[in-house]
Amino acid sequence: MTTETVLYMLTGAAVIYLLRALPLTLLRKPIRNRYIRSFLYYVPYATLSVMTFPAVLGATGSVISATAGFAVALLISWFDGNLFRVAAGACFTVLGVEIILQLL
Amino acid sequence: MKQSQSFYYDLRRAAFRRGLRDGIPIGLGYLAVSFTLGIAAQKTGIPPLGGALMSFLMHASAGQFAALTVMAAGSGYLEMAFTELVVNLRYVLMSCSLSQKIDNRYSFGHRFLMGHYITDELFGIACACPGKVSPYYYYGAVVVASPGWILGTFAGAAVGNILPPIAVNALNISLYGMFLAAVIPPARKSRVIALLVLLSMLSSLLFSIIPGLKELSSGFQVIILTLLLAGIFAFVAPVREEAPHDD
Repeated sequence: MTTETVLYMLTGAAVIYLLRALPLTLLRKPIRNRYIRSFLYYVPYATLSVMTFPAVLGATGSVISATAGFAVALLISWFDGNLFRVAAGACFTVLGVEIILQLL
Repeated sequence: MKQSQSFYYDLRRAAFRRGLRDGIPIGLGYLAVSFTLGIAAQKTGIPPLGGALMSFLMHASAGQFAALTVMAAGSGYLEMAFTELVVNLRYVLMSCSLSQKIDNRYSFGHRFLMGHYITDELFGIACACPGKVSPYYYYGAVVVASPGWILGTFAGAAVGNILPPIAVNALNISLYGMFLAAVIPPARKSRVIALLVLLSMLSSLLFSIIPGLKELSSGFQVIILTLLLAGIFAFVAPVREEAPHDD
């Protein structure tokens, strides 16, 4: 691996670290402004939901297995909520559906 | 007082253990995603250890794929910096949000270390914590998740496609399962959050269909939609003054 490659990596890593660490360290005190607090409270739900759908439909080998996995993950997280069981349920559903699809 | 010291020690240990437990599915999901990243790195001419180093330095899937593209094209360091800025801008929002969530009873120095490990998934489980989040909970998750990311990249670059695609597909979906596990249980308790989750998914779907919008990078789409939706919801449904994080 060349020095150039390592320098490329370090450049990228430095930018990412600043993006991640600056707000975390600069916004140390609790924010008093109600609007900003509400905004930051809603950020994760919006971000994570936007990243999930429709990207999840292209995460596996077929839309069918992805839809099945997505549906099962939705159901388990609604009724149970346990992170590991949600992830495992989605994984095994995709595995099962893809095995069936291959047999068809 | 000795008793209170051991009390806090136990508290940290318990938080660390919970983190370890919640980090397991993340680590497994990372193994799969970074495996494909390792294959891509190897194609760019980066050896397994180089791929592992890159993953340790960056911990960013889209960011690392983008970095490989810049390296392959030899576009220069400025281009690299700008690309990473755009692709990873969403971390600024996550970091702002997390800054309010970290338990301030712990030392300020933790924030410099935690900052290195803000990823979509680790952010997701930190958000899912009721109340404040302990740095030790975060480290517990990091200790299992980060090696998954690094080892997966190494393995992908070293041995290429040994996992059957079916197994990679199954592991891929677990990352989305984690996102859902973070947003759905609060949505069940609060109609406002349920509406926000639904609208976020629908508008994200629209952004992937409408010409002109669908050409935007997924990183930009996430930023625009997050600013828009969280901005509107904060205006229409401001959270109560007391304990805004306790839902």
